[in-house]
Amino acid sequence: MADTTHGGPASGTRRDFMNLLVNSVAVFGAAAVAWPIISSLNPSQDVLALASTEVDLSQIEAGQSITVKWRGKPVFIRHRTPEEIKTAEGVDISSLRDPQPDGDRVEKPEWLIVVGVCTHLGCVPQGQKPSEPRGQFGGWFCPCHGSEYDTSGRIRRGPAPTNLEVPQYTFESDTLVKIG
Amino acid sequence: MAAPVFKNPVIRWIDHRLPVFSYLHHEAYEYPTPKNLNYWWNFGSLAGVMLVVMIVTGLILAMQYTPHVDYAFNSVERIMRDVNWGWLLRYLHMNGASMFFIVVYIHIFRGLYFGSYKAPRELLWQIGVLIYLLMMATAFMGYVLPWGQMSFWGATVITNLFSAIPVIGDEIVTLLWGGFSVENPTLNRLFVLHFLLPFVILGAVVVHIIALHRFGSNNPLGIDTKGPQDTLPFHPYYTMKDMFGLGVFLLFYAFWVFWAPNALGDPVNYELANPLSTPEHIVPEWYYLPFYAILRSIPDKLLGVIAMGASIIILFFLPWLDRSPVRSGTFRPVFKWFFWILVFDCVILMFCGKYAPEAYWMPFSLEIVDADTFTARVAEVRGIAHDEALTAVGDMWGVNAAAGTFGIKIVRLGQLGTLYYFAYFLVVLPLLSIFERPRQVPLSISKPVLGGGQSVAHATAKSMEKA
Repeated sequence: MADTTHGGPASGTRRDFMNLLVNSVAVFGAAAVAWPIISSLNPSQDVLALASTEVDLSQIEAGQSITVKWRGKPVFIRHRTPEEIKTAEGVDISSLRDPQPDGDRVEKPEWLIVVGVCTHLGCVPQGQKPSEPRGQFGGWFCPCHGSEYDTSGRIRRGPAPTNLEVPQYTFESDTLVKIG
Repeated sequence: MAAPVFKNPVIRWIDHRLPVFSYLHHEAYEYPTPKNLNYWWNFGSLAGVMLVVMIVTGLILAMQYTPHVDYAFNSVERIMRDVNWGWLLRYLHMNGASMFFIVVYIHIFRGLYFGSYKAPRELLWQIGVLIYLLMMATAFMGYVLPWGQMSFWGATVITNLFSAIPVIGDEIVTLLWGGFSVENPTLNRLFVLHFLLPFVILGAVVVHIIALHRFGSNNPLGIDTKGPQDTLPFHPYYTMKDMFGLGVFLLFYAFWVFWAPNALGDPVNYELANPLSTPEHIVPEWYYLPFYAILRSIPDKLLGVIAMGASIIILFFLPWLDRSPVRSGTFRPVFKWFFWILVFDCVILMFCGKYAPEAYWMPFSLEIVDADTFTARVAEVRGIAHDEALTAVGDMWGVNAAAGTFGIKIVRLGQLGTLYYFAYFLVVLPLLSIFERPRQVPLSISKPVLGGGQSVAHATAKSMEKA
């Protein structure tokens, strides 16, 4: 027996096998304990149940914006004017940091719906109220580090790496949109 | 005992500067442990495991719980229904408290039987009693947090115990409440303390282990280890034995969690706390029942509270109440009997705490009946009027030996139990130390196994004469 315990790596001993077995049980046991604990920290069922928001659009005039809360975050809904739509569509895509045509970012051209969280470090950009700065490109201006977005919510200047995120949404009717 | 040499250079580098690895090697690896420990010695490490389980599940639950009277109950229900695996974590924590107490009670009775409280382990024992007291406080505070009916009225009753203190009692209770009844400030402070105390317990456990490792574990023979022939290294012998015991214990724990998660609790606590209506019958959790029975046994408010406190405080003095030089109950033929009666007595007290003090226990029919029913039965069997039966039953121990009816009022049974509990510590143990003649104790742990030599005849009797 003493000889076998000194066997090369190719020949496992009974003790090696037992150690492997015990360690495997320990690892699987630890994983089985960790799983529910870590899982409990993920969004709970009541949080997931609030994952969609319905918005009535009938009261929003062209040129106006509203902010609604969806999953704890602001969502910007802007009723764009024909000029704003034209500017957004007329941009040379190749000049953009995060190239994306305006048509890919809207369902209906007059309604722009984006998540109002700057893609740099998570501040809420300004530009929803007429009194707030909208930056050089007529969209939004983030006060934290000066990122500027255009009328399609695309990043044009400043440190943010990507365009404002477009959430999943569907038009339930002409004036009712369901976000999420 | 030589300093270990670690192969891993990183560990060697750290250990040279911060000898944690040497320390662990010394205390958890080569630590010499008596080689005759039986499975009763598993319960210390099991208690340690339960403390860790309670702290881990408790931390996760605290992340989801809201300590406010308007939200507490619903936040617990949200944990049960909406939080991923929340039901499992809560049931683990809730039943974990009961498991912790079961393990600790066995651990304590192990110590009582094998004389683990005797010199030189008196402080070790006292730190253990302190841990037990902290556990009781922590468990009580935890029970308040779900803010059900039992939470609220349990908190009211327990805090009101302090009103028994003469003169300043009421002021102390107001101070504890932070108001004029159990209210939001009370819930907030109990939550904070429930969070804090487990870590205090953890600290006390470390001190408990330091004291333990000074002289090492006691053992079933209750004699000192005399050298390497009497011991085994802690690892792998006792780590493996503890692991096996843990596996068996976890099956037991899992049974409660998965098959009977609410069996040990009170269904009334699933009703929202209502400060305007007390539940019909207030019962503490099972692990407090013996003390609750002692409290109710004494008809005076202050003396009742004192008796309950004394029933635990008395454990601090145990090393000096039992002066018999023989540790293990195995070699104490008379002590053994009284010990098992004490175990039985605690079960009886638990039983008494569970039922209404005015009820009657009928041992022959194994029933618990209320006072009216009992009187009616006496009247029926004796063929007398109800009023007459009432006089016959009286309050005089509630025992009625008339044919067919024999019952003991629960509160009287509790008084008998209380009497024995205190008599065990204050009368039986001191007298046994003088009058009991212990059996011969083996010379060493290894002797009965390895053979050779005979026991020291009457060595213990001689040392008793000196005492």
